[in-house]
Amino acid sequence: MAELNKGDEPMDATPNVSEVEAAGVAGETEAVAAIEAPVERGEPILQVRNLVKHFPLTQGILFKRQIGAVKAVDGISFDLYQGETLGIVGESGCGKSTVAKLLMLLETATSGEVFYKGQDITRLSGRALKAVRRNIQMVFQDPYTSLNPRMTVGDIIGEPFDIHPEAAPKGDRRRKVQELLDVVGLNPEYINRYPHQFSGGQRQRIGIARGLALNPEIIICDEPVSALDVSVQAQVINLMEKLQDEFNLSYLFIAHDLSIVRHISDRVGVMYLGKMAEIGTDTQIYDHPTHPYTQALLSAVPVPDPEAREGRERIILTGDVPSPANPPSGCRFRTRCWKAQDKCAEEVPLLAVPERFKSSDTPAAHESACHFAEEKDVVHAA
Amino acid sequence: MTTIDKTMSVPGPRGGSESGAPLLEVRDLHVEFHTRDGVAKAVNGVNYTVDAGETLAVLGESGSGKSVTAQAIMGILDMPPGKIPRGEIRFRGEDMLTMSHEERRRIRGQKIAMIFQDALSALNPVLSVGYQLGEMFRVHQGMSKKQAKARSIELMERVRIPAARERVNDYPHQFSGGMRQRIMIAMALALEPDLIIADEPTTALDVTVQAQVMDLLAELQQEFNMGLILITHDLGVVADVADKIAVMYAGRIVETAPVHELYKRPAHPYTRGLLDSIPRLDQKGQELYAIKGLPPNLTRIPTGCAFNPRCPKAEDICRTDVPVLHRVTEQGGGEIAGRGSACHFWKETIHG
Repeated sequence: MAELNKGDEPMDATPNVSEVEAAGVAGETEAVAAIEAPVERGEPILQVRNLVKHFPLTQGILFKRQIGAVKAVDGISFDLYQGETLGIVGESGCGKSTVAKLLMLLETATSGEVFYKGQDITRLSGRALKAVRRNIQMVFQDPYTSLNPRMTVGDIIGEPFDIHPEAAPKGDRRRKVQELLDVVGLNPEYINRYPHQFSGGQRQRIGIARGLALNPEIIICDEPVSALDVSVQAQVINLMEKLQDEFNLSYLFIAHDLSIVRHISDRVGVMYLGKMAEIGTDTQIYDHPTHPYTQALLSAVPVPDPEAREGRERIILTGDVPSPANPPSGCRFRTRCWKAQDKCAEEVPLLAVPERFKSSDTPAAHESACHFAEEKDVVHAA
Repeated sequence: MTTIDKTMSVPGPRGGSESGAPLLEVRDLHVEFHTRDGVAKAVNGVNYTVDAGETLAVLGESGSGKSVTAQAIMGILDMPPGKIPRGEIRFRGEDMLTMSHEERRRIRGQKIAMIFQDALSALNPVLSVGYQLGEMFRVHQGMSKKQAKARSIELMERVRIPAARERVNDYPHQFSGGMRQRIMIAMALALEPDLIIADEPTTALDVTVQAQVMDLLAELQQEFNMGLILITHDLGVVADVADKIAVMYAGRIVETAPVHELYKRPAHPYTRGLLDSIPRLDQKGQELYAIKGLPPNLTRIPTGCAFNPRCPKAEDICRTDVPVLHRVTEQGGGEIAGRGSACHFWKETIHG
């Protein structure tokens, strides 16, 4: 099993170490403060609190009776800060795309709040909603179905300006669209072409340009590169990172590819069956995971290096994800967990820093929803 | 229940068949498609061999010809518009392309079986899973319905589908993605073939399920000492299961190597670019290396080396001469078993 003494050294937290050293010169008390204070990120731009989405299951034709609900998202809370990327990972059916739809207000939340700059946007409608939507844009997964084949690239990218005419004066739009094409690395002369004349990677660039058109602060990316070839994926990921620096964008990056999420994210949240299992910085999650599900997920990722593979421990989960219409009692992961005990069936574990790590400053001290949280490095060869 | 085990190193290939000829040998295979926009040259001279018990991974992006090669081996290419103008596909020394339809039918399913990517569309939605599995026994071995059903239940247990006896009459949509893929594997294994072609068998699955399915496949392969051709674009999956790798680009094999060698020191700029462009799980990198440009249109493959417009090392010779698959040697000239690179500058790529 995992060696816990490894976690006593903040090996990968190099910025922390230098901070502590610098503070050590100033005095003992300040050094302690430097460890305990969270990294300064300013105000969160988006605060999600207890977000719930249940899709009703009904029976009967005329008199529809509700016989249950698919609990797609069941109480999720997280913050998104200005200029950061929050990655959300999880298997299919865990509710990550529903979260995206809820934040875009494409679905109405059953309960819970989404605060954008302190304002609860789930209750908005009409003009106020339209104003908020301008600042939250989305890039979709499939570049083949998310672009209208009968519209030219210029019309697709310019469409947001029709909805928000105040963003660009009428005569100026063509120039704006060409600028956007240039920003995402496409030839501005392609403005009159149709989507079928572009490759998958180029189409995804068009999708990104459309997302950028209104100068949003938040872009929600739902599996933006999973439909692309490996060599093209890197191009799009690099473009997204460049744009983030240029426009100070916040990304909510939803994907199932854990390697890509680590590459692009500052913080990562792991979802399982509509709940957040673990959330923390990329080093905390990938190098010091404490939730068994995260550990299993990480250990199952094939690493493109045969040498590294041989020393790795692999946790093969049995069975499939249970149905979200009828999730297990207590901890939702307990049916597939090797640590499960009676307590797990009775008590729902809360997403919090585990008690045993609370007093120490190890990277294992991050929020994890497990009764028996324990650090275990599954990514690096033993 | 969950098992935790240390992954052991993959055992090497277990030698060829008794007759001396490899299990499967593809020689100078060409496939083209005649379309309105011209002739798309999907496969342009592919050579590879697979022995019993060996896993060959064919790695490539979409449009590299990896699936078309597999379809040609299985004999399920749509012809027309497909056409095989040249080449040989030898199964145990016999060329399958010159066989009659009846002879090929006897090989297909019994000797060579295929696992498809998307189990939901590969299975018939209006027939029960048990009926579809049993079809193999009824058609190829003339079993009765009752016998076939009994064998189907056995097979489903073999691929670890829980409560197989109760689920044998269920329809494909009643199974989860991982279970459906297990049924596909069961179907391919039904007649204990000598060779299995798996075309992206886990691409549609989640990582935890992907690990289950790949483990099962590797275990069954070892048990029956089958040859396996694994077609994929995922460099991670390949590193986990393959013995040797063939990298394809624009219908040609650009590099062949044993699995450890390829990842340690690639000998083709395309392979190197691919390896550099994937983010790593165990370390946080800086900016990703991106291969510039796009894969070529198969109706207009560039002259010379097909990779030359995207290659950082390209020189004049690359634009005029098609590189052959050079034998890759150590710096001192020593032999490296099984390595080849179709690059004029392979020496510089691997050694310098």
